[in-house]
Amino acid sequence: MSLIAHLARMEAVETGRAQPLATVRHRHLGGRPLVLVPLTTAGEAGAPLGALVGTDPDEPRLLVVPQPRDRELRFAFLAELAEEVLPYVDGYADAVELVERNETDPETGKKTKVEVELCADAPQLIVPSRAGIEYVRLLGRSTRFRRTAEQDPDTPYPAPPRVPLLGRWLTHYGERARVPGSSLLLAATDLLNRHWATGQSSLEDQHLGALLAWIDPYDDEPGAEGAHRAELGRDPQGQLLCPPAGPATDPAFDNQLLAPAIEAYDRARQAVGAAEDGETADAALAALHRAEREVRRLVLSQLRPTWDATWRALGLLRQLPEGARVPDRWTRDRWSFTAHRDRITAGEPPQPRRDDAVTAAAKLAAREQAQGQLDAQEALDDPLVLAGRRLSGEAFAAEVTEVTMAWTESKRPAPRPLLTVRTEDRPHLDAGVKVYRSLGGKPQSAEFARREEDGSLVLRLLDRMGRSKEPAEGTVPEKGERISWTLFEHDARVGPKLPDPEETPWTHGGPPRSADAELPDAVTPEDLL
Amino acid sequence: MTLYDPAVPDPGAAAAAATAAILADTLHGTSRGVVVDSPPGAGKSTLVVRAALELAAAGRPLMVVAQTNAQVDDLVLRLAEKEPELEVGRLHSSDSDPYDKALDALEQVRKSAKAGDLAGLPVVVSTAAKWAHVKNVEPWAHAIVDEAYQMRSDALLAVAGLFERALFVGDPGQLDPFSVVGADQWAGLSYDPSASAVSTLLAHNPELPQHRLPVSWRLPASAAPLVSDAFYPYTPFRSGTGPGDRRLAFGVASDGSAPDRVLDEAAESGWGLLELPARPTPRTDPEAVHAVALVVRRLLDRGGAAVSERSDTPVPLTADRIAVGTAHRDQAAAVRAALTALGVSGVTVDTANRLQGREYDVTVVLHPLSGRPDATAFHLETGRLCVLASRHRHACVVVCRAGVTDLLDEHPSTEPVQLGVTVKFPDGWEANHAVLSHLTEHRVTWTP
Repeated sequence: MSLIAHLARMEAVETGRAQPLATVRHRHLGGRPLVLVPLTTAGEAGAPLGALVGTDPDEPRLLVVPQPRDRELRFAFLAELAEEVLPYVDGYADAVELVERNETDPETGKKTKVEVELCADAPQLIVPSRAGIEYVRLLGRSTRFRRTAEQDPDTPYPAPPRVPLLGRWLTHYGERARVPGSSLLLAATDLLNRHWATGQSSLEDQHLGALLAWIDPYDDEPGAEGAHRAELGRDPQGQLLCPPAGPATDPAFDNQLLAPAIEAYDRARQAVGAAEDGETADAALAALHRAEREVRRLVLSQLRPTWDATWRALGLLRQLPEGARVPDRWTRDRWSFTAHRDRITAGEPPQPRRDDAVTAAAKLAAREQAQGQLDAQEALDDPLVLAGRRLSGEAFAAEVTEVTMAWTESKRPAPRPLLTVRTEDRPHLDAGVKVYRSLGGKPQSAEFARREEDGSLVLRLLDRMGRSKEPAEGTVPEKGERISWTLFEHDARVGPKLPDPEETPWTHGGPPRSADAELPDAVTPEDLL
Repeated sequence: MTLYDPAVPDPGAAAAAATAAILADTLHGTSRGVVVDSPPGAGKSTLVVRAALELAAAGRPLMVVAQTNAQVDDLVLRLAEKEPELEVGRLHSSDSDPYDKALDALEQVRKSAKAGDLAGLPVVVSTAAKWAHVKNVEPWAHAIVDEAYQMRSDALLAVAGLFERALFVGDPGQLDPFSVVGADQWAGLSYDPSASAVSTLLAHNPELPQHRLPVSWRLPASAAPLVSDAFYPYTPFRSGTGPGDRRLAFGVASDGSAPDRVLDEAAESGWGLLELPARPTPRTDPEAVHAVALVVRRLLDRGGAAVSERSDTPVPLTADRIAVGTAHRDQAAAVRAALTALGVSGVTVDTANRLQGREYDVTVVLHPLSGRPDATAFHLETGRLCVLASRHRHACVVVCRAGVTDLLDEHPSTEPVQLGVTVKFPDGWEANHAVLSHLTEHRVTWTP
């Protein structure tokens, strides 16, 4: 954590209110995000208990699995989820813009311009917490290899038609969420933690209720008290006042309320099966519906506060103006969405279980590049973030006190003006260190030449001054100008091109085995309860 | 403390035997790769230069992959010094000032930013990052990969297509490569892109011959046993010099102050611990930073002279033979500022990452855990302490706040266990304890 974040946290403790870490919003928030609040069953990996999903804060769709161990009901849940998610996703697939892109012809190796489709907007998925992102990945992992009856008539437990497709989209979103600065799938807690510092530990910051108690308290209640109540407060029946944001549920809820209700549901189901005549069957069915309604009511009672809190978080974030470079990063998300849309349209198999060596290396390189870019862009977009970098010696704001023209000593002299600047910051500068400033959105670089006796810094401007001997107008700062310089580059460098997977070298095990579509996991006895 | 083969009592003979076996496997072996583990200062660079010259002499086109430009330039200079007749290519980036200007004075070194310009030269040297951009060339028959344990698996992936066979040389005890983004999703995969190049290589090619250099020529007899036991418990090494071969003496007697006493202790025993009172502090702990600077200042003021096997007469200890090591860059910056304030210049002050592969007569180390409220994985990393504790030829002074032992006991390693990942021994926690318990025997306490 940076020094400025520590300071903000201490200030939050002192004032009892969260302190801003940013003056603008550093993540894209679409006009119509899809919020998904999932719950899972304790002790059963990948057995959903229920979810609230929707794009309208007032009208969430409630999905519940009344008996989470029942495979049929689980599939029914996933089918319903697919009915909610896929139309939302598909709604963004067709509105496209045409953009030009450089592509290398595989045969001639020549670079040509081609016109390709780029989706004008992309669907955005919001979950309450980081564990929710993990759960989206888990759902994707558990469904994308399922076979439908249409794909394979012999499959013993065919999945409902659109479930594997849901799995592929959830997998794509889960994977994209690992790219720093991406906004396709976001957690409300991460969003809040990026923009505000609370006076509690970063572990407690994962609790959405506690977080909101610091950032947006009711009746000006001090943050620590509100957070304490959100984390531990229970009603006279022993239930949490602020249910966890999931997907795990509170054990007290599981034991005292949920387990008896599910048992009642099981008994009612048995009674329906055992009914011998129409009258008892009707009565048993009515009892079954009542039992199901009860499970639904209980699950909703756990989901709804988190649903509301997630929308409250989004509302808070919408009050911040969007950072200038956020649309640039969102465009990358749109590319990511468009590319996956194309893969699905092209009938490509689902994402493999494990990345091969080349894919893994390419993903890591792309993410490191994205991280570098994100760090730089956030600092350029936001003076408060830049202040943090200035405090740590990675940037400085300085006033130009003198400009001395100088040129290179070559046949065609190029301008290399010397700027004397005065700053109160303490950047980590050694001779030859490069510094950058933003000139019309593009970085202009200079190198640190020397430190004058009065503490001023002398910088030699290196580029973006045009081709002629005299620098182009407006490219050299003038005396009195106050400029922010960074020691970090503004654009991350593009990494080297990796070999094709078929040319994986011997050091990395050679080419991966044939890329046939992977089969779903084999059925084990544990799958059949 | 350290056991070594009594059949080869002479360190020089032991090292020569190891080198001969490595060269035999490299030049005449049948496997595609040879891995050499080298403890600190065991003559890794010498081995690389020697192997390069022998491969070139055997007429095998050779590419050398190093990790930083400084390492590349250093290698080219060494090659040129050893074999002035040999033509060497220095492939460099297209940035401004891409290589050491000293190379311009060497006629036999051809420099270019394009691999094509250097085709046909017996040896071409560059960084892994630059090699990764080389495409569409005839593969080299042989490669030498230097500092292979500090190279990431994905960097090797990008260059491995350029060579047929390779010699991988590195120090497994130094800092592991790292990534600024999470790479947990690939943990346990044999080709985890964030792991070290050697771990991927050996996971896929377990049959490759592995060698070890058994003698550290850098570390004095006082340091080799501790470093070997603490950081290389299963692959021990010994010092090339015996007790008494290296001596450090001061022209000016001690003034009785704590910095002088710790210097005397370090000159006498090879180690010194200057312990400040326990206290949680910010990273750039002003008192500890000042203490470090003061120790360096006194070291220079007292006219240190070093006696070693390199020279018959004592060699004056000058600023360029002294380094200060820290964990963080802001700490290094603070120490630099403090040294300037005390009128000291010319002393290297850097982080463990940047001190890797460097050698000094005396090092002054700001302990990574000094004054910390917690012991994170970063600060506990075995390699960090190993680098800091193994840069010196004569003596190492550690400046630290008291209470680190308690801190360690309060923070046992709790990193999540990843399936399929080879657990590294020793872990940083244990290594830190081992080093601290040795250092406390050479402790001077001081309340500034």
